[in-house]
Amino acid sequence: MSRAPLLPVLMLCAIGAIAAATLPFAHVAPNRLLSGIAQRPHPWLFAALWGALAVTAWPRAPRGLAIGCVALVIVALPWCLAHEATTWLAGARATTRVQAGAGFWTMWLAAGLLLLDRLREVGRGWQVVVWVAVTGAVGGYAVAGGFDGIAVVREFHAQHDAFVEALFTHLRLCVLTLSLALLIGAPLGLRTWRTRRGEGVLLGVLAFLQTVPSLALFALLIGPFAWIATRWPVLGAWGFGGTGAAPAVFALVLYALLPVVRYTIGGLEAVPADARDAARGLGMSRWQVLVRVQLPLGWPVLLAGLRIVAVQTIGLAAVAALIGAGGLGRFVFLGIGQGATDMVLLGTLAIIGLALLVDLLFQGVLALTERRA
Amino acid sequence: MRALLPAATLVLLLLGLPHAAPWFHAGWPSLSHPLYVRTSFVALTVSHLLLVVSATALATAIGLALGILATRPAGRSLLPTVRAVAVVGQTFPPVAVLAIAVPLLGFGAAPTFVALVLYGVLPVLGQTVAGLDAVPAAALHAADGMGYGRWRRLIDVELPLAAGPIMAGIRLSAIVSVGTATIGSAVGATTLGSPIVEGLVGNNTAYVVQGALLVGALALTVDGLLAMAARGVGR
Repeated sequence: MSRAPLLPVLMLCAIGAIAAATLPFAHVAPNRLLSGIAQRPHPWLFAALWGALAVTAWPRAPRGLAIGCVALVIVALPWCLAHEATTWLAGARATTRVQAGAGFWTMWLAAGLLLLDRLREVGRGWQVVVWVAVTGAVGGYAVAGGFDGIAVVREFHAQHDAFVEALFTHLRLCVLTLSLALLIGAPLGLRTWRTRRGEGVLLGVLAFLQTVPSLALFALLIGPFAWIATRWPVLGAWGFGGTGAAPAVFALVLYALLPVVRYTIGGLEAVPADARDAARGLGMSRWQVLVRVQLPLGWPVLLAGLRIVAVQTIGLAAVAALIGAGGLGRFVFLGIGQGATDMVLLGTLAIIGLALLVDLLFQGVLALTERRA
Repeated sequence: MRALLPAATLVLLLLGLPHAAPWFHAGWPSLSHPLYVRTSFVALTVSHLLLVVSATALATAIGLALGILATRPAGRSLLPTVRAVAVVGQTFPPVAVLAIAVPLLGFGAAPTFVALVLYGVLPVLGQTVAGLDAVPAAALHAADGMGYGRWRRLIDVELPLAAGPIMAGIRLSAIVSVGTATIGSAVGATTLGSPIVEGLVGNNTAYVVQGALLVGALALTVDGLLAMAARGVGR
């Protein structure tokens, strides 16, 4: 049996134990705008839990037991929060809110990293099984209404329609940006690679654009877009204007072009010249070589680039809420403006979740592509 | 050259904008106050820069220390965990990190500073690990053969050879910081984003343009300066 590395486990367990002993596990607030009173139920119990987890890292301890224990903690932590919430909420006023505290989040993150670390020693099949089981357990409990006492979940139920709309607006912005960036960037990259001219200039200009802070670029586009909308009222009638989705998508595409062009060129360069020559020798046209040789062979590189673009766009689209493009960022900035922590958290968690999900999706497709290759 | 042009633009903007009220009056005749005067542009630029420089310095220190630790024999086993944190961390958008810091630290410069540091550590850490990992084994053997101790080998051989990637990480970290600090004005930090956010809220496009021009010039100046520094280090 290979000896599991001890150091990362001990470090993560120490972080978890310190969080359990010192940081507030939850806050109980009289309503959604006032800040709450910190609560630390059974700190010694949680600290002991981390001690027990550290013991499972003992080199002789069976691997399955360690993985099972860590997975159990990831499921138990939110369950524990929900359970405590029902006791705190019993007899309290209807506006009372129970918010997860820094202690909860730190412990949950440490436990997640610990699971990630322990799962590195087992095959990919088992990794998927364990993660699906953990997400299924937490998600199932959430769907069954187990977390309805927690403030973020309440905020979600209270703003359900607005949230769903914001989520779809966010997705629409990102999908539109990604397709436009691919439609413009891929031919641009192909042309630059074929002619072998202007690569430095093109990438230089795009890198220059990427340096400009997102808020500044969004803001600078307001003037020109408002002018276009007044000049051609037809466009204005379509919802085209100084604020809103049009300047947002324009700016997002500008940011997305650099990685798309760079990875298109990278993908084309990843195809061996021999393969191209052979295809040409078989009598394929340039177009056929592109579709049947270069695209399949360079695809993984382009896909890796698209993964970066997608994650980056999801984050940047949040800022676009400041110029009225809507999306999940609206929850974040509106919540900050109102001082409604739960609303900020709802938007933030959704953005992070979306980014992680899309990242996982691309990783999955990438793994499938590589297996076939 | 790459730093000179944006730096010159920034200085010209800082000197010229306070006297440009008539121009903005002509451009936006409907606005009664077309020039941002709540805080001087110089003060905004200085506080923006201070925030970015202090956060990037701390992030560099943390990133370098963690990167060095994770590539030493004693800390090797931390490397996969460090990599996982970096990969997961990169999917967290800067806005999200900023928003999470607010309920913990309140409004003002503090949450912005913490967000800048947290987010700035990742590029430095990633590039430090990559740079130190890419040091040729021959160089390490040569250093060992010459009787270098572990510290001396690290400082005289490994870090200079890894300086290129590390500088690239610091540059990326600083650029992201300039952008995130701009958004930080939405949570109460005083930066060049303040005129932009106030202009967006109050429908004053002139404020927005003033802030955006300055912050764009500042970002390009910082990027140019760090590119120059990187070239100096690489030589």
